Amino acid sequence: MQTRKEKYKTVAYYPGCALEGTAQPYNTSTKAIAKELDLELQEIENWNCCGAMEVKNIDPEIQTYLSSRVLSLAKNETKQDVVMAPCNGCYHNLKKAEYDIENKQKSRDVVEKISKKADHPAYEAGEVETIHALDWIKFGYGEEELRAKIKGGLKGLKVANYYGCMYTRPRHIFPEKDQGGDSESTSKPHYMDDLLEIAGAVNVDFAMKTACCGGAHTLSDSDMSTKLVLNILQAAEAAGAEVIATECPTCHSGLEMHQIRALKRLSKQTNVKVIYFTQLLGMAMGLSPRKVGLHENVSDSMKFIREKGIA
Amino acid sequence: MAIHEKSLIRPENIRTHDNLVIDGVDVSGHWSTFIESRVVTDYNEALEEEISALPGGEYIHRCWQCGSCTNSCTVNAVNPDFNPRYWIYLIRMGMEDELLRDKEIIWQCVSCNKCTYSCPRDVAPEGVMKATAHWLELKGHTEPSNSTIFDTEFTRQVVETGKIEDGRILQNFLKNSGQPLVQDWLIQMVKQMLRNLPFKFLFHLGWATLFKPKTKNWDKARAAIEEHIAEEKAEQRVALGLSKQEGS
Repeated sequence: MQTRKEKYKTVAYYPGCALEGTAQPYNTSTKAIAKELDLELQEIENWNCCGAMEVKNIDPEIQTYLSSRVLSLAKNETKQDVVMAPCNGCYHNLKKAEYDIENKQKSRDVVEKISKKADHPAYEAGEVETIHALDWIKFGYGEEELRAKIKGGLKGLKVANYYGCMYTRPRHIFPEKDQGGDSESTSKPHYMDDLLEIAGAVNVDFAMKTACCGGAHTLSDSDMSTKLVLNILQAAEAAGAEVIATECPTCHSGLEMHQIRALKRLSKQTNVKVIYFTQLLGMAMGLSPRKVGLHENVSDSMKFIREKGIA
Repeated sequence: MAIHEKSLIRPENIRTHDNLVIDGVDVSGHWSTFIESRVVTDYNEALEEEISALPGGEYIHRCWQCGSCTNSCTVNAVNPDFNPRYWIYLIRMGMEDELLRDKEIIWQCVSCNKCTYSCPRDVAPEGVMKATAHWLELKGHTEPSNSTIFDTEFTRQVVETGKIEDGRILQNFLKNSGQPLVQDWLIQMVKQMLRNLPFKFLFHLGWATLFKPKTKNWDKARAAIEEHIAEEKAEQRVALGLSKQEGS
């Protein structure tokens, strides 16, 4: 049987809308890591939005169709059986589409109906495996191999690993999680912790790993989101973290935006930095901050990273 | 955190009398406060069925009232009046008037799915919250919430072009929800972005406005999606006893 290392060596890459917009640095750093680790990303051509949370609220089956089109492209056009999505929203939705198509007749019917009208093969359950950027590095490259790649490292940087909602909830769309062994835990996820520890970070004991940043209502109910984010920022600082490592563009931009908003509207200042885990990993491997797009983040951590001697 | 008690004795139901004698006993004054009997007669027996007919509400009948949803709820921790367990109870009992008292906050569910994660009966309370918010708007009990305005603009862009562009989403959302584009935190964010990459940022803004990101050969998918959404909407309206088309 093919090992995950062989299977994830070349994957269909689905960046999604956020990574081409507000989360560009996540895209930049993911690609920089792929190059550095000699993993091949074949971007799915002519992809569409996965439907995010918003389309689900208007019509859940349309969200399933949108995600299924991406899976169908990965299978039939990119010719890969693994699709990697760094965005938690995309990752979540592709997983959800997989589950719904396998288990719900209505979802299958709608996907078949629209795919036919749109002139492309309807996606069938099990054709493609969806993985997150965390799975991709942890298993596609390997932890011991990664250890050998670290140059300089994170020098004991104190990190709170923040996973958010969509990486682990609801449990039923992630049948491979909570299976013991090296599978991911939905209550205490640790893949990001594992990778950053190898990169030389000290992971603080952070109780809000899977708390919600209010990302779904970041603009429509900003005051609520500001309160939720402030809670996360303050908890990270109380746990002794200098940096919150993120693996979701919605969480990341939510933390950045509401850190500013908490200061402006609630006069609450927090100083913890918000950095994508791919940026931290890249810098630990010796890539320059600019190479991983650190200067493109809204929150300014260039000076901080230099002071820490990481770059 | 302190335990939040919801008082069922509402101020409008409290009666005191300046001058009242009953059977020779003087019961004047506030120490003899009476509470108006609480009688519910106007049950909407179709309420649970109507919520079940909307996407997300399908499994409401499974609820055992254990309260795991409210216990795990993100919004409940900020606003104790946000109580999914209670609303599921009211819907299943058909107590529409009681439900309507909270109509302005039900849309605030942030879809973190902690409730769905912890529910032992697979009710999927997150879906029930969405179905209920949707029901309130379809029935005309509330104006479209900010959340709905946002979802509508987002979905409009996806259906039209296959992709979204966050700058346009932000602009159109603020416009459609009647909010000013100039906000203190937004200015600060733009300033911080300009600090590091003034040229690239401005270039990106201009580029995205001129050239909307698009999926190629999207027209057929678009037509099929629009058709499906219209059919589903009509079906939902019929299930709620409304006319097929809005406003007809």
